[in-house]
Amino acid sequence: MQVPVQGFMYPNEVELQWSVLIVLYPFITGLVAGAFILASLERVFRVQAVKPTYRLALLTALSFLLVAPLPLQLHLGHPERSFEMYLTPHRSSAMAMFGFVYLWYLMAVLLVEIWLDYRRDIVLKSQSTKGVTRILYRILTLGSNNISERSLRIDDRFGYFVTLVGIPSAFLLHGYVGFIFGSVKANPWWSSPLMPVVFIFSAMVSGIAAVMLLYMLSTRLRGRAIDIRCLDTIAQYLLYTFVIDFSLEMLDLLQRIYEADESFRSLDFMVHTRLWTSQVIVQILLGTVTPIALIGLTQIVSLSQIARKRIYAVAGSLTVIGIFAMRWNVVIGGQLFSKSFLGYTSYKMGFATREGLLTAILLMILPFLILWVLVKLLPPWPEADALSVSSATPAGTGPTSF
Amino acid sequence: MFKDIEHLVRLALVMAIGVVAFVLVRAAVIPRSFGQYGHYRGAALAEISSRPIAFAGHQVCESCHTEVVEQKKLGKHIVVPCEACHGALAGHAEDPASVTPPKLDTAVVCARCHEANSAKPRTFPQVVTVDHSGGIACDTCHQPHRPAIETSAKSVAEGKK
Amino acid sequence: MEITRRHLMLLLPSAAVAWKYVLAGTPESAPNYETTEHWWGMLIDIPKCIGCGSCVRACAQENDVPDGYFRTWVERYHVADWAIERPQVESPDGGKEGFPPNQDSSGKNFFVPKLCNHCADSPCTQVCPVGATFRSPDGVILVDKTYCLGCRYCIQACPYGCRFLNPTSNTAEKCTLCYHRITKGLTTACCEVCPTGARQLADLKNPKDPIHEFLRTHSVQVLKPHMATGAKVFYNGMDGSVR
Repeated sequence: MQVPVQGFMYPNEVELQWSVLIVLYPFITGLVAGAFILASLERVFRVQAVKPTYRLALLTALSFLLVAPLPLQLHLGHPERSFEMYLTPHRSSAMAMFGFVYLWYLMAVLLVEIWLDYRRDIVLKSQSTKGVTRILYRILTLGSNNISERSLRIDDRFGYFVTLVGIPSAFLLHGYVGFIFGSVKANPWWSSPLMPVVFIFSAMVSGIAAVMLLYMLSTRLRGRAIDIRCLDTIAQYLLYTFVIDFSLEMLDLLQRIYEADESFRSLDFMVHTRLWTSQVIVQILLGTVTPIALIGLTQIVSLSQIARKRIYAVAGSLTVIGIFAMRWNVVIGGQLFSKSFLGYTSYKMGFATREGLLTAILLMILPFLILWVLVKLLPPWPEADALSVSSATPAGTGPTSF
Repeated sequence: MFKDIEHLVRLALVMAIGVVAFVLVRAAVIPRSFGQYGHYRGAALAEISSRPIAFAGHQVCESCHTEVVEQKKLGKHIVVPCEACHGALAGHAEDPASVTPPKLDTAVVCARCHEANSAKPRTFPQVVTVDHSGGIACDTCHQPHRPAIETSAKSVAEGKK
Repeated sequence: MEITRRHLMLLLPSAAVAWKYVLAGTPESAPNYETTEHWWGMLIDIPKCIGCGSCVRACAQENDVPDGYFRTWVERYHVADWAIERPQVESPDGGKEGFPPNQDSSGKNFFVPKLCNHCADSPCTQVCPVGATFRSPDGVILVDKTYCLGCRYCIQACPYGCRFLNPTSNTAEKCTLCYHRITKGLTTACCEVCPTGARQLADLKNPKDPIHEFLRTHSVQVLKPHMATGAKVFYNGMDGSVR
């Protein structure tokens, strides 16, 4: 093996098994879960202030959910056999059960909720558009053109129920990913009952931050005014979730340091050397403490709208980067040390290879392309405000509602 | 009344069709022997156990090379299996004429076991070959099947090869 | 009734599918081998191991193990005085060509051969999403090469580091306890070539197997007992520093 090893590693451990694509996967499903939770804030918990982001959050969740299986497929030694997980799922395997959780969430929750919320628009578009898009909309109507008051009310009630089911489903979706790592007793960096909980809360943080950023960006691109009350509320929820997430991670850290079990010395050394930049600098300082401090500042001190927007943009970006770093530290970090606790290896990430950096970058761009298509097909905003920079109308027309 | 939930019925129908299609495909595609002994393809057991063999096993060697066995019985190497030094020879055991075992380089083969190393058991015969023989082939002085060096009279009497 | 083309259109695909099932065949091993009569394990006698690497080479040859990956390997330990939690360990190329000459006899030095422990409660088979790796009825953990997805979850779940991904087949691989040999009454390749008898195949279900007497009269351990994997590779004379 050309990979430089420090100390001793079991001979088969030197090469990392799970690459940056496996870092990407929990990051993407986390964004899905987080975006959905934000959407459910309005739908179920009636937080009216965040309504402007409702549809955008759902479409964001869908875009990322569609891309989520791709890093996994690219990572598999035999992607053509991946359907076996649905044929003969091994009930004791978290990974196998996850295939069904994913399917459930996509088909029974997200797609149904989006369909119910957009049905009226879909039916109208199936009558007003032409060509290929007309056919597409007609398929989406499932052959029913009924958009009477009563049917829409039924949709609304059913949609409420779907969202209600969707909240635990979203927790399950990402909690399962946490469990996939947390249940591996062979790996002390992963094995922890806190893992699913930490994953869920960090997912919510990343999803909320991502939707917040997308909302700010898309509103600017449309040349509309940002609903500052909406933004303030989202930032507040981001702060609360972040504080819980940070507390959980600190609890894990403190416990480890205090108990100092067999693995501790090895893990401690790893954090101080190989993971110093990604964990301490990027994840903790830049990605957690700074955003919490920034948003916390807006809660304590009265700042102008412009200052708040800037802070939210910076905090949101740092958050998303920080949560990515957290996934990196869990996945890659868990493979850098030997299970003998006597040595370390390094991760050699390729660039233009099947599991390389370029692939990861392209996979991260893809959801935004899908989102762009979805926004065109199913505009989160009324027709007149279609996403276009050239038709920028003067600010001051107020927040849109539908 | 039904008119207003018709679209939901259609949705349910689409889902039901999907589930049925999944069940049918699954029944058709799932491997026949799956689940026979446990959650795996039962046929895999036969496939794995039908792999060709590379090492014949010392009993097979001994069934033909009886004179070597007689020599080995007189020394410490009786416990050393033939293929430990001679390599995998199931092919030769199958068809002796077609596969000739290669001649061994004793300087390499013997050192693997007998080169001095502090982690080897103290009682195990080991030498620092550089000091012991200066690196010449071990079979210059030692006969590998009966490695102990004895007096020439004794060797002749026992028909040492 | 007349067989029309329409009938054939319906019959032939079904027949093809059924034929495929017939061809899959029923499992057969060597004559007279009954899986239920065996429960395989191994005994490794540490004081006897001389670190010659014959086992590593033999395994690679018997099982076409690719270079740089190991179904079995040998580690060399150096334990200084009472520092049993901090041994110095090395395994140059898995010990395949033995170990470099070393006459430094300070501290305690010994060899430890390692392989898949064929755990009775194996964590690796627990996590396989599709059932490609499994425990055979006779206690051997095997991988179904034609079914494995190459997701590598099993490799992550093994506490002993005995699994790897074969770069040619892109499937998970590890020691099979030479299943193709033991089902024919032979011993494993590593046990066959071991010149000192440090490695011995053990059939725990066979009352005549010498392991039973050995276990009764010696102090043995398994690796990482706190993981409760039900490991079936028993180590005699293993020092507490072994990781």
